[in-house]
Amino acid sequence: MLQSIEVARGARVTPSVVAPRPATPETRESAGLEKPCIVTRHLTAFFGETAAVKDVSVAIPQQAVTAIIGPSGCGKSTLLRCLNRMHETVPNARVDGVVEILGSAIYGEGTNATAVRRHVGMVFQRPTPFPTMSVKANVAAGLRVDSKDRRADQAEKEIVEEALHRAGLWDEVKDRLNESAMGLSGGQQQRLCIARALATHPRVLLLDEPTASLDPLSTQKVEELVYHLRESVTLVIVTHNMQQAARVSDRTAFLLGGELIEFAPTNALFTAPKDQRTEAYITGRFG
Amino acid sequence: MKTRLARHWLSGAMIGLTYLAAVLATLPLLLILFHLLRKGAASLSLTFFTSMPKPVGEAGGGMANAIVGTLTLIGIACLIGLPIGIGAGIYLSEKRSTPLAHSVRFLSDVLNGLPSIVMGIFAWEFLVRPAGHFSALAGGTALAAMMIPLVTRTTEEMLRVVPISLREAALALGYPRWRTSISVVVRTALAGIATGALVAVARIAGETAPLLFTAFGNQFWSTSLREPIAALPLQIFTYAISPYDEWHAQAWAGALVLISIVLVISLAARFVTRSRFGAPVD
Repeated sequence: MLQSIEVARGARVTPSVVAPRPATPETRESAGLEKPCIVTRHLTAFFGETAAVKDVSVAIPQQAVTAIIGPSGCGKSTLLRCLNRMHETVPNARVDGVVEILGSAIYGEGTNATAVRRHVGMVFQRPTPFPTMSVKANVAAGLRVDSKDRRADQAEKEIVEEALHRAGLWDEVKDRLNESAMGLSGGQQQRLCIARALATHPRVLLLDEPTASLDPLSTQKVEELVYHLRESVTLVIVTHNMQQAARVSDRTAFLLGGELIEFAPTNALFTAPKDQRTEAYITGRFG
Repeated sequence: MKTRLARHWLSGAMIGLTYLAAVLATLPLLLILFHLLRKGAASLSLTFFTSMPKPVGEAGGGMANAIVGTLTLIGIACLIGLPIGIGAGIYLSEKRSTPLAHSVRFLSDVLNGLPSIVMGIFAWEFLVRPAGHFSALAGGTALAAMMIPLVTRTTEEMLRVVPISLREAALALGYPRWRTSISVVVRTALAGIATGALVAVARIAGETAPLLFTAFGNQFWSTSLREPIAALPLQIFTYAISPYDEWHAQAWAGALVLISIVLVISLAARFVTRSRFGAPVD
């Protein structure tokens, strides 16, 4: 199955990704990024007085998978959580700098954090189905949040089915939509969370080590899913696993000590890293 | 070095002691139940639940007014105590380390240990004296004051058990904070909160001291919440210290009914907890 991914990828990889690109920073930043989806400028994220993410400026391409890698504590998750304003839910946490998603500044004045989060889905390390809700209600949870946006039962049913199809879970749960979500396996729960995030049709899906608590087979399913989802949504995935980054992503960002060391097409970053520290990390000399 | 046999015996003896401790711990409850059944069951009949107390010297009679009175008082206590207690518990779990949260938590613990007679005097001073008369409302309020700290703390504990990841998942879906608290955190902990509430009810159901100067007791039907009202613990107290044998028998029966009410509530609490992860409602 993984082979098929590789083959499929090879078939679909755009020339801009495989073609050798000039080494100058400006062109690297802009190549393949005519219409970036997420742009950060001098993004710094604090916990109290400590900066966990330092001055990160990056342009994440649309409808592609961008991986964020780096050793534990390098700020990967924090950077991700700045992209849907989840960082600020931690006491004493704050954010400096600019984040734009599809042109709108999400930290801009008058921008509501909950509104941002409705357009930017997030999936966490551990599956988080709501234990009191059925499978169906879990998927629909994001739709029900806004009473103005409340749909008729029929419409909701269709959206739930579509989201479950997109998450590759429909066949497994179609007969147990009204059962507790806690009865699903860990891998199914994680895909349920992906379906829940997709149900509101977000433009961006953030994945924070989505396979860290899954077995290899479930991991493979989630990876395939991530691979296919890039057609319809921009994905950013934080991962500990470099092979995973290599398998699923188009571009990879390497973070170290809160700083963005290198951001390049995945092939380029893994085969010809520009920075010594990137090379040291991907060859396993630390981290 | 001890021989294997010696270790074996020592282990056996220690395990035996823990069994003994377990039996001793449940012994008082079993003795009380047994004694109550022996003494109280004789005077217990349908009329005990349906008829009014009879004057001294007349046989029969029941405690219908006291049973209804106790249920009324519990009802008033729940209406006042549960919303405040649960609300305060939610506040404590949401705003864990604000100065107000710290003081509320500390005061709840102090209030939890407050002797119930003090609660009664407090209610008398603030509710009975200004009104000029004893009343069911004053009694229910005194019981509510006893419930609140207990419910507050158990609610907080139950909400804290809800993993932070669930809260984050809801926030990440675009739930406003208050919706996250109500639809996800409180809903997940609901069974636990209900259990805490029932435990609190079971605890106040048998309280006598807070009612002495508030509900006061009543030998007749009380139709108004502004009048003194009968309550099982008070009735048991009055009958038990009386010199009449038939009243003593009635007191035993009353005690049996009271402990049965508490038992039923505790069992209900058990049941609610067990069905915690049962079939989802939605």
